[in-house]
Amino acid sequence: MLASFLQFSMSGLTVGAIYALVALGFTIIYNASDVVNFAQGEFVMIGGMVSVFALAAGLPLPVAGLVAVIAAMLVGVALHRLAIEPARGASPVVLIIITIGGAFAIRGLAQVLFDKQFHKLPGFSGEAPVNILGASIVPQAFWVIGGAALIVLAVTLFFERTLLGKAVLATAANRFAAKLVGINTGFVTGLSFLLSAAIGALAGILVTPITLTSYDVGTLLALKGFAALVLGGLGSATGAVAGGLILGLCEAFAAGYLTSTYKDAIAFLVMIGVLLVMPNGLFGRAQAERV
Amino acid sequence: MARFLANRWISLALVAALIVLPGLILPSSYYFRVGALVFISALAVIGLNLLLGFAGQVSLGHAGFVGIGAYAVAILPARFDVPVLLAVPAGMVLSALVAFVIGRPILRLKGHFLAVATLGFGVLVAMVLANEVGWTGGPDGMSVKRLEIFGERIRQPRDWYWISGTLLLIGMAIAQNLLASPTGRALRALHDSEIAARVAGVDVARIKVTVFVISAVYASVAGSCLALLNGHVTPDAAGFLQSVEMVTMVVLGGMGSLFGSIIGAAFLVILPQALTLFHEYEHLMLGILIILIMIFLRDGIVPTLHRLLMERRS
Amino acid sequence: MSALLEVSGIGIAFGGVRAVDDVTFSARAGEIFSIIGPNGAGKTTLFNLISGVYRADRGSVKLAGAEVGGMAPEQLAARGLSRSFQNLQIFFRMSAVENVMLGRHIHEDKSAWRHLLGLPSTARQNRDTRARAMALLERVGLAALADRQAGSLSYGMLKRLEIARALAAEPRILLLDEPAAGCNPTETAEIDRLIVEIAKSGIGIVLVEHDMKLVMSISDRVLVLTYGRVLMEGVPGDVARDPRVIEAYLGAGLPGSEGSHA
Repeated sequence: MLASFLQFSMSGLTVGAIYALVALGFTIIYNASDVVNFAQGEFVMIGGMVSVFALAAGLPLPVAGLVAVIAAMLVGVALHRLAIEPARGASPVVLIIITIGGAFAIRGLAQVLFDKQFHKLPGFSGEAPVNILGASIVPQAFWVIGGAALIVLAVTLFFERTLLGKAVLATAANRFAAKLVGINTGFVTGLSFLLSAAIGALAGILVTPITLTSYDVGTLLALKGFAALVLGGLGSATGAVAGGLILGLCEAFAAGYLTSTYKDAIAFLVMIGVLLVMPNGLFGRAQAERV
Repeated sequence: MARFLANRWISLALVAALIVLPGLILPSSYYFRVGALVFISALAVIGLNLLLGFAGQVSLGHAGFVGIGAYAVAILPARFDVPVLLAVPAGMVLSALVAFVIGRPILRLKGHFLAVATLGFGVLVAMVLANEVGWTGGPDGMSVKRLEIFGERIRQPRDWYWISGTLLLIGMAIAQNLLASPTGRALRALHDSEIAARVAGVDVARIKVTVFVISAVYASVAGSCLALLNGHVTPDAAGFLQSVEMVTMVVLGGMGSLFGSIIGAAFLVILPQALTLFHEYEHLMLGILIILIMIFLRDGIVPTLHRLLMERRS
Repeated sequence: MSALLEVSGIGIAFGGVRAVDDVTFSARAGEIFSIIGPNGAGKTTLFNLISGVYRADRGSVKLAGAEVGGMAPEQLAARGLSRSFQNLQIFFRMSAVENVMLGRHIHEDKSAWRHLLGLPSTARQNRDTRARAMALLERVGLAALADRQAGSLSYGMLKRLEIARALAAEPRILLLDEPAAGCNPTETAEIDRLIVEIAKSGIGIVLVEHDMKLVMSISDRVLVLTYGRVLMEGVPGDVARDPRVIEAYLGAGLPGSEGSHA
């Protein structure tokens, strides 16, 4: 009883941590530029795929991971420069389509550069499950949860303690005012893509030993990350992380206690259910209509 | 009024010509098949344009209704011996009911919240279709009984070209009827200002559900045609990518332009056919082309051309 | 004449701030009843409460004797209440005449089935609606621009277009929120004449306006609002002379010297 509860909690937190990172990446870009970046899942894919192939090419795992993060950041900057920046001022629907087009292109590129197979990274601390109170947990789960916590902490410190981070926050609060006080908002938007790409890639590296990766894992991750983002309240980093963890836990418990067939459906059911009761998400603020 | 009527009949005649003239010269059934796909997509896109382009309500899950229509003509004849010709309206009714039930709560949401809720709906439909193997055949899909009219089995792409072309023309005329009516004015009005529409007495919640139901029925008919043309359905018909493709067709052709819906559909149906020449580079090329088109034609093809024409004239 | 619109003890608070507090007044058919007050006095909020955009925390609103507090804007429209907006709420993608045609929504057939089928009855009704809308455009001086997209019209024209749209509903009571704001003197005079004419036709008008000359010259009665509360109510002459009113305005600029506002 306790064992299975613990088992499901751990697997929920593990997946949830990944959703949280994807949603955090969404939030950073959304706050800086009002763009919902559907290519966010592709960064996770790049993190996994590039480190798999770099490892196969003989690089040690930490170096392979570094290469993957840098690759994702390059792609993030390219996406911003070549697709988002030229379309500035377009309607939200157009911007969404552009990021989906970007996701297509990145996926297509990965398919050409790598292959269409599933790949796996070795666990960072081996594969032997640890037994805790009857629950058997793969050591990589601790890497995922701990790594995600560290990333969230680092991102928080970046926004609260550094001048650059504050510039991003200022741009998010009021783009026009930020421009007036001399912040280069174009640079800030670019930076947000860089940061989100790095976060996504790290998530991909952390989770690939558990879930496998292939060129097309990005779509479902982006959809669930978007669900987590909106569940949390669109624009709130705390909300994004909480939304991700909640979706992960709901999935794991539903799969464990109810049905595993509809595991992937749970995230969307929960998200729709919450929105019907709280139209602005869990942490979103209602805005009075001004006329 | 006279000018408006003229416009209306002119655009219908233009669409009719675009259906009939190629139909007389197309060389092989491959081309008739592509043509039928264009018309079927255009029908769904016209419906989605009423919702997205005219009423301003985004749906990232409209392929869910395509899926309902497609599986209605697959499941009902195969499992319940319902005649194919009855399965199509059954799908329409089912889609309308589903849209009616989920529409009221979901359409209270705005912007990205509405986008993600509709997206969730579409993904859920696709998952049900993929998982209820006993009914739907699972991820591999199931075959669809051919349509029979007067004992004649309709399986030639050429026949489907004419059937779907006719349906497109009817769908276009119905959409024009709607837009020129009080309901049409109300749904266009709420795009610009919900509060002003309400003050003028428009029951905004009701109008939103109405147009959501109508667009769902368009998608359902298109889904049924698609399944009957292909003779096979898979859950991909209801998938997220299909939904995105429909939205892209609306935006590409021009939000709020019925004629644009046809152009947008034609473009995105024919383009991938051409891109298959590039084999494994197909995805990459499609992604890049979508980005380029959206950057340079962000108002859509038909509105952009219209503007250029007006500028030249003045 | 009996009161057409009776507002009593109405109030709303936003985050503890009482934007409108215990406001009571009544307006009659054919009368021009003006509400004035410094910026932030709660005039627009009061309009939003009466027209159902906001829901009041307390108090009641009666329309022709029937309680309508808490009703949605579309329900109030059906009962004969219409309004214009301080910040334009125009259907920019529609033509000028279509904007006014929409104003007739409550008088039109609402069956989506008949609309989809494009029945002759719908076409007939469309012609009738359009003819009435054209007459209203004529009345506000915009007939020549009927088929222009509303988004391409000037600010002053849009202000008049909003009035035409509100009139299309054939309301019993019309709330006008700064109909002359941002208009030049010629346009203001035009709107002035229009408002008087509308009142003469028997419609009750509740007017919020910053242009004191306009208010004082056309109003039958004036209500002064400060900090969400009623300061006084009276005929224009008394209000203009009242020391409390002058004092209330001294903080925010004298009445009549009002030039710019948010």
